[in-house]
Amino acid sequence: MEFLYYMGDVFTPINFGLLLLGTIGGLILGATPGLSPTMAVALLIPFTFKLEPQQGLILLGAAYTSTVAGGAVSAILLKIPGAPANIATTLDGHTMATKGEGAKALQLSFIASAIGGLFGVFLLIFLTPVLAQWALAFGPSHLFWLAILGVTVIGTLDSSSVVKGLLSGCIGLWLATIGFDDIMGAQRFIFHPAVSGGINVIPALIGLFAIPQVITMFTKGRRNDDAEVINVKKHPIRLAFVEVFKRKTALAIGTITGSIIGLIPGVGGQIAGLVAYDQSKKFSKESDKFGTGHSEGVIAAESANNAMVGPSLVPLLTLSIPGSPTAAVLLGGLLIHGIFPGPDLFMNYPQVAWTFIDSMLIGQLLMCIFGLYIAGLAASVARVPHAVMAAIVLGLAVFGSYSVQNSMGDVYVMATLGLGMYFLERFGFSAAPLVLGLILGPIAEANFIQGSMIANATVGKATYFFTGWLNWLLILIVSASIAYSVWMEIMARRYTTKDDAVAKEEALS
Amino acid sequence: MKQWIAGAALALATMTGTAYADGHSSYPERPIMMMVSYGAGGATDFQARIVTMTAGNEDALGMPIAIVNRPGAGGRVGWNWLATEAEADGYTLGAYNIPHFVAQSIEGGVSYSTDSFEPIANWGADPAVFVVGADSEFNSMADVVDYAKANPGGLTFSGAGLFVGHHIAALQLEKAAGVKLAYIPNNAGGAGAMRAVIAGEVLGGVNNLSDAFRAQAAGNVKILGVFDLERNEEFLPDVPTMTEQGFDIDNASVNFRGVMVPKGTPQPIIDKLAETVPAMFGNGRVKSRMAAGGSPMAIMSRDEVLEMWAAREETLKELLAGL
Repeated sequence: MEFLYYMGDVFTPINFGLLLLGTIGGLILGATPGLSPTMAVALLIPFTFKLEPQQGLILLGAAYTSTVAGGAVSAILLKIPGAPANIATTLDGHTMATKGEGAKALQLSFIASAIGGLFGVFLLIFLTPVLAQWALAFGPSHLFWLAILGVTVIGTLDSSSVVKGLLSGCIGLWLATIGFDDIMGAQRFIFHPAVSGGINVIPALIGLFAIPQVITMFTKGRRNDDAEVINVKKHPIRLAFVEVFKRKTALAIGTITGSIIGLIPGVGGQIAGLVAYDQSKKFSKESDKFGTGHSEGVIAAESANNAMVGPSLVPLLTLSIPGSPTAAVLLGGLLIHGIFPGPDLFMNYPQVAWTFIDSMLIGQLLMCIFGLYIAGLAASVARVPHAVMAAIVLGLAVFGSYSVQNSMGDVYVMATLGLGMYFLERFGFSAAPLVLGLILGPIAEANFIQGSMIANATVGKATYFFTGWLNWLLILIVSASIAYSVWMEIMARRYTTKDDAVAKEEALS
Repeated sequence: MKQWIAGAALALATMTGTAYADGHSSYPERPIMMMVSYGAGGATDFQARIVTMTAGNEDALGMPIAIVNRPGAGGRVGWNWLATEAEADGYTLGAYNIPHFVAQSIEGGVSYSTDSFEPIANWGADPAVFVVGADSEFNSMADVVDYAKANPGGLTFSGAGLFVGHHIAALQLEKAAGVKLAYIPNNAGGAGAMRAVIAGEVLGGVNNLSDAFRAQAAGNVKILGVFDLERNEEFLPDVPTMTEQGFDIDNASVNFRGVMVPKGTPQPIIDKLAETVPAMFGNGRVKSRMAAGGSPMAIMSRDEVLEMWAAREETLKELLAGL
């Protein structure tokens, strides 16, 4: 209960002011496509030079929590995920927005984020020593199986067709091989200097999601002016709370999956949302509604990606190892003040450590309050005419891709992938499995190579990858996931008539 | 009116004149960019931000230096960009890591070598150290080498990648001890390599002194030896060097960090930077922040760095020829 003792420190005028600044600033940065949480925190580090360590960390902690949640705004309204963590939010969130339920989707996402986020921070407060062991338990072989588990999700992520989902996943896996390979430094498919560093996930994400949207908006032109404007239904906040708590399964699965996956160094943040989305789809009674603007999809995805925030800091705070790029930036923020994170961080600097964690708790609540406030305003984005909207989104897409590393190469990559995706979408492929392939490819590959190198020097590949309870557990989940997909595909075939199939195809095109 | 035009013309002439004609005396006239070829939050990025934070002071450059990260492929992406695409106008600096970029240029497949860049000054030297888990049975380098002799190719140890300082240290150890080791390059850099050691996935690891010092303070690892000519008196006075433990290993793997510019940058600008930048690194605030972060400093002038680059290239060519 030591965290309560330091709670007062959060509410001193300067600290609370910084907390407000971090939260509001984080929401805005998070809502800007291309500004991922890592970037937002890195941008703020120079400001903390001038602050006390405690104040600097309050600013960083608040910004980290709210940028993750802020990414949902552009994911829902524009179908551009602010960061990889928000990919799953686009699937149902944006569909809701096009149905005029943008305000509702935003409210749900902020409430779910806050609940997931609070749970994650409480895990960090109470279970840190236990969780630290769990974070270390994942070696190369386990991470490899985890990535394979992610690959099995690819097929079912796209609700229209397993085969098309797998195909676009394969395109993503191929794109991931471009550039210098992470371990051996071999050069692969470098046909242009712009891709010599590989395909960066953020520009790819923006291109694949935003550009097809922009082209579609432009092609509609000005012909049917009336159809352009979507009505935004007002949605009382009270009902949003009722809705979130009614969808207990999605909320619970999202929060728990997010917390567990968030712990795993190097993998967590990027796929927590997608895995949670997939799991809650499999467990939901209304799984066929996923992808059509179903509230459970938004709730699961957003509660997961904020639940990950707290646990993702466990390896940093206890073992002094940054488990994610954002944690690495936070480590810099600590070191600059001469604070070494580690097991005795809470003994040597209780004031700094606990105030930081408390500020993340209060930050979650503030983020929810401001989020709900802007949800009403932001949803009117849907009222902007298509031609104007397309221009704004295009501008943001170019700005977002360029700002990742001040490179025009990334803008070309974004544009090329976006154009390709526009045509793929015409043929019924979707972007989410492709991005998942792009993210998982390097994780699976690097860990397989590392694992094999260790295995060859010690026990041999078969023993290394196929023994130990954690390997077995993961293999079991992988098999279950594949079996479930195959079974669903067979069931769908059996009960789909030719007319249904034709209608489905037409609805897609 | 005529006067006004004349005034404007004069102003224009002085503006362009100072920039292009009279030897860059007013450099720098606008903020400067410094490219770091590793991601935000890494040791190089972290240190680069600290050592450049006083650039805007009147006694330094008088203009701030902004850090831009171009990570990828162990630094190759950023250095390729600096060598081929960056403008050599004095407003684009780059951070270098020795022996990384020299080793990569010897290995091939990149568009740079030591001839592509002009060093300005060196700010830090981070020696590699050998670490093992806190509960490991190894207590000295002799224990490690004995194990490797008993299990040829079976001693797994992690490092930040291929053709970086850690890999060079690993090669030197193999050569000096005359044993076969299993070096496992990690895709998540130094932090990932350290995690592998703490989690017990590998038996040991080569890592940065600064990171290992923190991990040891946290009680997670033991540090068995330093790959440098002398002990590190500031952070690890009790850890012996490899030479003290009977292995003939010099400082070829020490990670030197500093500032350079692309070839073709005007000589007056190089001279101005070479004069100002070392003094900027010596600023008291910079020094205290670096010490607080556990980052060893080593300020070297342009001439010293040129010498160091040449010496390093020679050693590395010899060492990597055997691969």
